[in-house]
Amino acid sequence: MQYQSQAVAKPYFIAAIGLFVGQILFGLIMGLQYVVGDFLFPEIPFNVARMVHTNLLIVWLLFGFMGAAYYMIPEEAETELHSPKLAIAMFWIFLVAGALTIVGYLTVPYATLAELTGNDLLETMGREFLEQPLITKVGIVVVALAFLFNISMTVLKGRKTSIALVLLLGLWGLAVFFLFSFYNPSNPVLDKYFWWWVVHLWVEGVWELILGALLAFVLIKVTGVDREVIEKWLYVIITLTLITGIIGTGHHYFWIGTPEYWQWWGSIFSALEPIPFFAMTVFAFNMVNRRRREHPNKAATLWALGTGVMAFLGAGVWGFLHTLAPVNYYTHGSQITAAHGHMAFYGAYVMVVLCIISYAMPVLRGRAANSNKAQVMEMWSFWLMTIAMVFITLFLTAAGILQVWLQRFSDTPMSFMATQDQISLFYWMREWTGVVFLIGLVVYIASFFVKGETRAAA
Amino acid sequence: MSGTFTKSMARNVFYGGTVFFILLFLALTFDSMATLPKRDNRQNLTEEVVAGKKLWEVNNCIGCHTLLGEGAYFAPELGNVYVRRGPEFIKAWIKSQPTGAPGRRQMPQFNFSDEELDQMVAFLKYMSEINTNDWPPNVEG
Repeated sequence: MQYQSQAVAKPYFIAAIGLFVGQILFGLIMGLQYVVGDFLFPEIPFNVARMVHTNLLIVWLLFGFMGAAYYMIPEEAETELHSPKLAIAMFWIFLVAGALTIVGYLTVPYATLAELTGNDLLETMGREFLEQPLITKVGIVVVALAFLFNISMTVLKGRKTSIALVLLLGLWGLAVFFLFSFYNPSNPVLDKYFWWWVVHLWVEGVWELILGALLAFVLIKVTGVDREVIEKWLYVIITLTLITGIIGTGHHYFWIGTPEYWQWWGSIFSALEPIPFFAMTVFAFNMVNRRRREHPNKAATLWALGTGVMAFLGAGVWGFLHTLAPVNYYTHGSQITAAHGHMAFYGAYVMVVLCIISYAMPVLRGRAANSNKAQVMEMWSFWLMTIAMVFITLFLTAAGILQVWLQRFSDTPMSFMATQDQISLFYWMREWTGVVFLIGLVVYIASFFVKGETRAAA
Repeated sequence: MSGTFTKSMARNVFYGGTVFFILLFLALTFDSMATLPKRDNRQNLTEEVVAGKKLWEVNNCIGCHTLLGEGAYFAPELGNVYVRRGPEFIKAWIKSQPTGAPGRRQMPQFNFSDEELDQMVAFLKYMSEINTNDWPPNVEG
């Protein structure tokens, strides 16, 4: 570790992995509820399990992003972090607030939780992914501002690299667009329109800047390729991301009451959204092929390459699959959407966070890379989780195609529930593949406890 | 990527391109806002509908159902349920939950008053009258 204050990243990474486990366990509960409808009812109704599953995902990725920033920024800026104490304080505040929110979801009926937490003062709850009570949302803003203050001050006093600037831009964008979660007009169409300014402009906008910066940082470290080359690529990729992704928001404006011209704007621009992901894959492989050193951390390199490929497949290919308006007319809000969501989040964001953890954690533990034995185990977990996610996506896609065929495309359409019964085989297969994913995650965690010969950190 | 295309050129293209597309997006948004009154059924946005929307939110209906295709995919689309089932069926259905049928997906009992049931129905009626470019493809949602 080059700077002592980078050490604050460690608890962030540990918390991220812990919450990841929770996310997967609740995913398995939901997956089972798809086929055994009354499983854990009424203790954990599906909507509660889903809220925990998706909110834990968002929170652990945020822990990952913040840990990544605290690790990367001192090295990029070539100076100690502005305030390590503030970073640790924010860690505990965020962790406790997050834990209390999840406990609230699980122990109190949602309507009661809304009443207890002041939803009547400003109604923000009960919208997908933005289910957090008002006080949690305010807490997220406070933590985000303190975090941004901390890393911005660090960059201001130090070296201003392109990677640091792109990361800052992404993180500031994340905080700014989250403010739209406080805007909940009573007109449902307006509500939906601006809800996407959080959700889409996060995951198909500013989060991709964060993704690009993390990937570029790890690639510089493990390949030793010249910074000028890597940062040029980074700019090209994020340019492609934003010129396709911003207007690409229009693919959510086909059927929610918004004007018809969005079908053209949304279809054309979101059809181009795979391009930046393809560029990212080419970039990652290109840099690794042109490497000027053999970094001992093979696992981190594998995660970096995997991020490119899986983000391209999940966000790019599976996104394109249903993004053209005439196709989306039939697939909108079906299991096709779920298939895309799973692989895109895993490929783009889960994998890049695991990539930076894979690179940084050994250094934070005082070595350049883990022992060969530990790395082999980590790479096993990479393949188990990644292949499991590929099959989860394929099974959900099959379920989605059948669902669309039976319920939407047919001359004699079946009802929603009758259709669900027809496709339950695919839900069972998805659930078993989910168990394989969990095994992969257990192997991943176990890899942190494998000893063996290691080299000291440079 | 030839040698003449430098990092600072890439950076400038990034900032220029991003600003341009943000402005274009804002322009399209302004135009949408001007067009929406003709499409989003706002002339019928009564207090009862607004109360129904709040009920929809504080009971996290979106955690199982879709509404105009957005939400969870565990339970039926409700943007057009008013057309599919009608007001009386909707009220009776909500009141009779959970069914308790073994192995079947269960919907919680929300203990709505008669007034609240009317508000929920008013909200679902409102949603069914938004101009959605003919989505969903058929009444099953």
